[in-house]
Amino acid sequence: MRHTVGALLRKELLVEIRTLESVPGMSLFALTTFVVFHFALNRNVVEGDLAAGILWVTLLFAAILGVNRLFVADAEEGGFDGFLLAPVDRTAMLVAKALTLLLYMLVLELVAVPAFALLLLGPPLGQALPGLIAVLALADVGVAAIGTLVAALAVQTRARDLFGPLLALPLLVPIVIGAARASSPVLAGAHHGGPPARWMLTLGLYDLVFGLIAYALFDFLLED
Amino acid sequence: MPAAAREGALELAGLSRHYGEREALGGVSLSLQKGQTLVVFGPNGAGKTTLLRVLATLLRPHAGSVRVLGSELPREAWAVRARLGLLGHEPLLYRQLTARENLRYHARLHGVDERRVEELLELVAMDGRSSEPLRTLSRGMVQRVAVARAVLHDPELLLLDEPHANLDPAAVELVAPLIGAGGDPGGRRTRVICSHDPSRGLAEADLVLGLRGGRQALLREARDVRLEEIEELYR
Repeated sequence: MRHTVGALLRKELLVEIRTLESVPGMSLFALTTFVVFHFALNRNVVEGDLAAGILWVTLLFAAILGVNRLFVADAEEGGFDGFLLAPVDRTAMLVAKALTLLLYMLVLELVAVPAFALLLLGPPLGQALPGLIAVLALADVGVAAIGTLVAALAVQTRARDLFGPLLALPLLVPIVIGAARASSPVLAGAHHGGPPARWMLTLGLYDLVFGLIAYALFDFLLED
Repeated sequence: MPAAAREGALELAGLSRHYGEREALGGVSLSLQKGQTLVVFGPNGAGKTTLLRVLATLLRPHAGSVRVLGSELPREAWAVRARLGLLGHEPLLYRQLTARENLRYHARLHGVDERRVEELLELVAMDGRSSEPLRTLSRGMVQRVAVARAVLHDPELLLLDEPHANLDPAAVELVAPLIGAGGDPGGRRTRVICSHDPSRGLAEADLVLGLRGGRQALLREARDVRLEEIEELYR
């Protein structure tokens, strides 16, 4: 299975490097959204709840751009059939796609978080970083699991560009709520402490539940 | 006689497949021995591609029984996937990747040594263009790479949907040893070929299946089939 996941992941990254269809679009969307917030709120700095809300709503919508493109090459170029003809465990595709989405999120956040700190965040990013990284990691795992499941479902439909976000948004809302609540004290300044354990646990549980649902359903989504 | 030699390559009994309300394939029954070639004729929409996709384990049969290389579909589909190769209308290759990258990807999925990739690139005369993305290559070149992909793992059963589409006469000669009946090192390879070329198809066939509107209109040994009977299917 590890060998198959490696082959799939390598192929995914090669296709993305050649086309640059997902990650640059996601990053550019996040940067533009921060600029829009900067002017729309007419504030130079935000912190606490507002900062967490802006950050997570922006990351959520940027992630959906990546989710929508996740299976497009496979659906349009026969990649599904090529994979299904191979004598391999189909879960390998779920794992590889989720890892791909996780990597996309990582690159997105490497661009978006410093830009957010520069354009909007009041408290220094350095102080918030350890707590924020923990929240980002937990939220990204959930986005990857849900995003892969939704993308595999949406790509089978004719209106995939519409169906993907419509299905993904309600499922991702609990992640946005959990991540925003968990990162709110982190983005409020030094004296507010780290992310609350209650929200971190909620995020962890949500990841686990959707990881298991994706594992249970993915094979059926690939079946005729 | 060993069990493997006695075992039929294909055993279909009353195979049916629908797309929604429409019956794409209905009541197809036939038996093909290992090493034989079945050629399927029929006009567009007759059900040829659907038949190939069912045999390739990509579509479930909705009625009837299907046994491929001794395994019952769809229950034992996993057991035959490594033993069959499909060359369909779509090359099943990524346009942004090069021929070498595509073949290496499939080689890893099938657990095939990467030296086989280089060997095949040479055999289909694509070694000189193997580092260019497929989107920059002609359809004939892409078809040659698709042939290499289909035979990468030396399948016992080859499912070929108009395999010579987009190929010029020289390329047809080039791929003939790879998708011909003698390609399998263990003996004659079993093949199912969908064709629109009656004379070429008849020359390659041991068994001929004619489909019309998803129904079996002709099933006979090739030596008993006249060219006019095949042409009749298209009228």
